[in-house]
Formats: sequence, structure tokens, C-alpha cells
Amino acid sequence: MSGAPAASTAPRRILSIWLPSLAIDRWRLVMGEQARALADAPLVLISDTAHGPRIEAVTQIAAAAGAQRGMMLADARTLCPAVATAPSDPAGDLAFLEQLALWAQRWGPWSALDAPDGLLVDVTAVPHLFGGETLLLEDVREAFARRRLAVRMAIAPTAGAAWALAHHAPDGTIVEHHDDIERALSDLPVAALRLDQDVVTVLRRLGLKRLGDITTIGRDALQRRFRNRKSPAANPLIRRDQLLGRVPEPLLPVIAQQVPLVQRRLMEPIRHRQLLDQVVADLAQDMARELEGQGQGARRLELGLWRVDGEVIVRRLEMAAATRDPAHMLRLFAARLDDIDAGFGIEMVRLRASWAEPLALAQGDIESAAEDHGTSLAACIDRLTVRLGAQAISRPVPFASHIPERAQRWRKPLEPEPSSQGQLAFHARPLKLLDSAEKIAVLYATPDGYPQRFRWRGEVHEVVRVEGPERIAPEWWRERGGARLRDYYRIEDGQGRRYWIYRQGIIGDGRGGAPDWYLQGLCA
Amino acid sequence: MPHTDPASLPIPAFADVAALSAQRSARWRPGLAAQQGPALHSELFASSREGGGAAAALAFALDDIRHVPRAEGNEARDRRSVLWVQTREAARRVGRPYRAGLPHALQGRVIHVLAEKAEDALFALEEGLRCRDFAFVLGEIAGNPGALDFTASRRLTLAGERHGVPLFLVRLDAARDLSSARMRWEIASAPSPAPRWNPQAPGAPRWRADLFRARAHAPGEWVLGEGGDGLAAQRPARAADHDGGDTAASWTAGLRQRPPPRRA
Repeated sequence: MSGAPAASTAPRRILSIWLPSLAIDRWRLVMGEQARALADAPLVLISDTAHGPRIEAVTQIAAAAGAQRGMMLADARTLCPAVATAPSDPAGDLAFLEQLALWAQRWGPWSALDAPDGLLVDVTAVPHLFGGETLLLEDVREAFARRRLAVRMAIAPTAGAAWALAHHAPDGTIVEHHDDIERALSDLPVAALRLDQDVVTVLRRLGLKRLGDITTIGRDALQRRFRNRKSPAANPLIRRDQLLGRVPEPLLPVIAQQVPLVQRRLMEPIRHRQLLDQVVADLAQDMARELEGQGQGARRLELGLWRVDGEVIVRRLEMAAATRDPAHMLRLFAARLDDIDAGFGIEMVRLRASWAEPLALAQGDIESAAEDHGTSLAACIDRLTVRLGAQAISRPVPFASHIPERAQRWRKPLEPEPSSQGQLAFHARPLKLLDSAEKIAVLYATPDGYPQRFRWRGEVHEVVRVEGPERIAPEWWRERGGARLRDYYRIEDGQGRRYWIYRQGIIGDGRGGAPDWYLQGLCA
Repeated sequence: MPHTDPASLPIPAFADVAALSAQRSARWRPGLAAQQGPALHSELFASSREGGGAAAALAFALDDIRHVPRAEGNEARDRRSVLWVQTREAARRVGRPYRAGLPHALQGRVIHVLAEKAEDALFALEEGLRCRDFAFVLGEIAGNPGALDFTASRRLTLAGERHGVPLFLVRLDAARDLSSARMRWEIASAPSPAPRWNPQAPGAPRWRADLFRARAHAPGEWVLGEGGDGLAAQRPARAADHDGGDTAASWTAGLRQRPPPRRA
């Protein structure tokens, strides 16, 4: 495993954003007026533990007064009697961080939570949209400052390096290449390896304080010392390899390919549907050009709408076959934009083909051709899916089972058919199967024969002709032991109506009382 | 459906009727698609207590597919899909298509749409008619929903004729309301012929089909069933008596020979 760079020539670019005072900032945003009153008081956020309240987050003023994260409130009170408290809300912080991660996709198509207080954004091949990585970082800082959130960030080729730089290096550090990582990080403390606290303590006791120190004692010695530690967070060597990009980190998306992505940053936030339609139409054109350049067609499209107030609206479309026809995309999205709440306005719109498939260059304009020659099957299914929902359109496929209702499954219409055993020619099956077999009341001459007459949905049918029984035993490998066998009869009544009925169980099979009769299918 | 007694009409009306009858004299018969092309919009009224409606629709569709002349270089067997649209109410009453029981030519070609409302079903039918990749479209709608009025059926007729995709709309337990369907049938199951080797068993399916309204054909009644090669139709005993046993006789023959009404 030589690492991620083998997949593509250019290294990945990961932006790590650390919000050092996320809990405090969020508390201030939520509290508003009340927070402003406490602006210059030493404030701590506390949570209740078995041993009394403990401090979860502190403001700068409180930190200067001596309060620390993890300290008991009573201890802090002895240092600084004036300390003000508020309850912390870790679940709310996490939910807020999730919102932020979605919002942070404005700087890249992929983002991840770095709980409890960080974000990772994949900005590979994105910075040119912002005019370079430095300007991208400026944009990030500005956007977070507008939301009054303190951040520290860094860009590096691996997530580990970006994290380490964001937490322990000067704010806004950028590392260009894999080879530079080791040099840029050698002065950082070992805590930058994202290790558990006890491992950091062990390393400190060994005298290894900086990342550069680790290389001085040789890999073998560390390997021996940590040979039982399999978890990356407990093994400094694994963490170091991840940081340098020698070992792939499962946090990252494994596909190192560029997702077709187009976006419009709008001068004025838009609030009206007509303008939005225009923007989406432009994006669809751009996307078609982008896809055509790559010789691909989109299977899944995601339209992201960034609102001024920090909300992100995402609309997804999945298509039955790869397409890059802008009119078709536009038509499908038009049905999905009706319920969008623009709020104070939408400031950025992005269209992204998160699933694309190779599609040869072919006939261009399906819409105008559709007027004359009809639509293609895939386009028709897309239109039906958008209006009726994906589960409404399906195709019956055979399934290996003897039980009639189980022998057929419903699958997506254009999926390839699973292989199956051919059907036996002497098994006559009905044209239609009721959703669930309906119980019928029967009158019969002999209890183990077929009925003379039966009542179904309030009407009596005389049985004139009959074929059967076809005995279908329960599938013991799927069902409970008490399941009863079925004897199927194909019957015709006096008016020529043909049905498929069965008796569940036989008398004396020891699995219940007198067997019931059911009508399951309507024959042609 | 008001029926006007021909005796009350003025004489010139019969000349028009005669001219019309010449066009309409082509009585419907299986395999007519070879000359006239497939029937593009048919409605089949059937009861929800039997599977006859959809079965007869499939039989009509397959008969048309078999007989429609193919263009040059297009002789390959038609393997296009079939769209089968049901409202949820229709699926509840007569069940969903069962692959193993479908005609052999259609197994693996059915795409099923389950619509919650009649409006959705009509949308799906129209989209299906616009699609060139469907051999035909089959709809099943229960009752007389408000959405399925004359305008809606006219839309379906126009879409089908524009793109040449046949539509068979099965109306379950429905009254014969206004419709622009080119052929309107009343379908009911009929006793099947006894199989040769087991006379006690139900045989190959048969339906009693009553063509009560058609644009290009005279109304009539048949018993449909499987023939040697495809669909076979016989006149039922009652109708044959009525026609004097001559099935080829034109429907309007009697009308023209009727003596002019005596005037007072």
C-alpha cells in the first residue's frame, strides 16, 4: 500500500476547520441578549456528573481567571468566585456541527464531521473557483466570522496533516505536497497525532515531545513498544503513516475522481421561483457541457441551495439511465422545486452529479425529438418516478421459491434481471395474484376434496370444473414449524369465471383445526 | 346511449347511413390489424370478480402485434416492454399481474406502475403513450373516477394516435360513461372448451366480448378464445341466429333493404 497519491497525480486537498470555542460561540448565538449582558463575565458551561458539576467549556476571560476544561466547578469557584455558569448542551452542539458540515460543502463537494468541534472538507480541484487556496481560506474565515464563530484552519494533502496543522500550527497554514508534510509538522507536539490521552502520556514519559522526535529513535523500537495497539488512536506509528499519507484513512472517500460540479454564486440573493428556474437552467447547461467533456452521463444529481441564513436545501434526483440532456434535467428538477422555502434569499446554487456513468457522445436534443418520435424508456421512467415516487414503478422478477406469492418480487424497472430457474410447463399459474389471499367459505362433499360451491366477496360460485390438487409444501427452511401445506385447485364456475384457490392444511396434520380455504388468484 | 328507430328517420338519412355503412362494413375480426393497423385506443368494461378484462386486453394486444405488418429491416420479434398501470383500488380488487401466469411472450417485459389516484394513473398512461419503447400500454382503473372524463380520454386518444402506441384501458365495475375510445368492449368470462386429456379441468380461457361502440366497425358480439394461431372469434349462438347464420353479412344490409316508411 503505497498510499492515496498513486490514484491520481495531483494530491488531494483537505481543508480542516477547527472551531476552538464551538460550545461557547453557539451558546452566545442562541442566548443573544442574555449573552451580551454576560460578555465580560467569566463564563463556564457545566455538565452534571456524579461528583458534582464539571466544566465543559470556558470563555477566554474565565480561562484567564484560572478555570479550565475538565475542572470541577467547585475548584474553579475557589480560584475565581465570580464565575458565571450555564448548562452545556453537547447534543445540540453536535447537531449544530452537522448543520455546519452540510453548510461547509459550499467550499467543496464532500465534508465530514470531525467531532466534537471540527470539520473536514475535501477541496480537491475546487480552489480555482475561489481564486486559489489562500483566497479560499479567506472566504472561509469571512463566512465563519459573519456567523460569529471562531475558527482555525489548514489545508494539507491528508486529513491527519490538515487536522494537526489546524490545531497546533499557525492559523491558515497550507501544505502543498506530500513531501513537505514531514518537514512542516516536525515541530508540532505529539498530541497533533490525534492520539488517546494515555498514549500521549506514555510518549511524553519516553521523552518524545515533538513529532520530529519520533523519527529519531527508529521505527522498530516504537513498533515493539506499541505492537499490541491495533486501534489507530492508540498507535502513534499508524497515526503518523496516516498523517503522511502512507496509509489510507477510512475517513476519506476512497474514490479519487473528480465529481462533475457546477455552481453559481449569486450577486443578489434570489427569492423568486422564476429566477431560480433560470439559474437551474444555466447550471443544467453547464453540467451538460461538463459531462460531455468527460464523456459521462449523470445517474444521480444533487442540487444544493445555500440560503443567506445558513440553511442548506438539497434536492436529489436519481435517473433510470445515464443522461446529460439539460432539458431533461430541468424538467425533472422543475417538479422538485415547488416546495422550496427561499427564506431571506438563496445566495449560491450548486449542481453536482454524485453518480455518473460513461455515456458515449450521441444524439443531442431528446426533448425536440420526443415531440416527433416519442421519449425513450429511461426518460419515461424518470418522469414517472419524479411524479409518482420510486416505489410506484417496478417490474416483476422471479425468485427461487415454491410459495406462489413469494416466487415473484418487485424490482426497479431497468435493473438487470436476476438469473433464475425456468418455470415448469405443467404448473398452470393465474394471470393475477391478489395482494393477500382472501378467505372463502366453502361447502364440500368430502372434507379432503375440492369444494362444491364457495362464497367470495358476498357472492356464491358453483364449482363446475376443477383441476388439482397441486400440493405445495411449506418451505421449512424459511417458515416456522407450524406452517401448513397448501393444496391448490384451478377451478371454473358456472359462468366460466376461473379462479385459483387453495386449502391450507389437511385434516389430521396436527397443525390446527379444520383447514381454511383461500382464493388467491384470478385466472385469465 | 339513445337509440333512434330507423323507421322514424326521413328518407335522405338512409342514403347517408348507406354511405357510412360502406365504410363501416368491415366487421371486426381477429387479425384485422394486418390491413387497418392496430386498434389504438380500446376500452374494455369488465367485472372485478374475474380476471377476464386484463386477459382479453392482453389477447387483443398480442393479436395486433402478431398481425401488424413490419417495416423493412424491422422483422425482429418485438421485444419492447409493456407498461401496465393500475390504480391502488384496481390492484386491490383484481390483484397485480403475476409473472408466471402472463402469456409467454410477455414474461419479463412488463413494467408495472401502481398509482394512488386516478389522476396519477392517467398521467402514467399518457407518459407511456408518448414513449416509443413500449409495445402497448395497459391500464386498469376501477369505477368511474371524476378525473377520467371525456377530455381525459380524448387526451389519451390523441397521444396514442400521435405516437402510434396502442392503449387498452380496462374499466372495472364501471358504468359506460362518455369516452373517445375507438373501440369499446364489454368483456365477461365464458365457459372454456374441455381439454382433450382431462375433460374435468378448466380449459383454455374464453371470453364473451360485446363490441358495443366502435368508430370503424359495426357492433357485434363474439366468443373469443385461443385458435390454432392466435386469437379466434366465433359468433355466439344467439347472435348467429339473429344474423341468419351469415356472419359475413353487413350490419347495415337489413337497414338498406327496409322499405321506406309509409307516410300518412
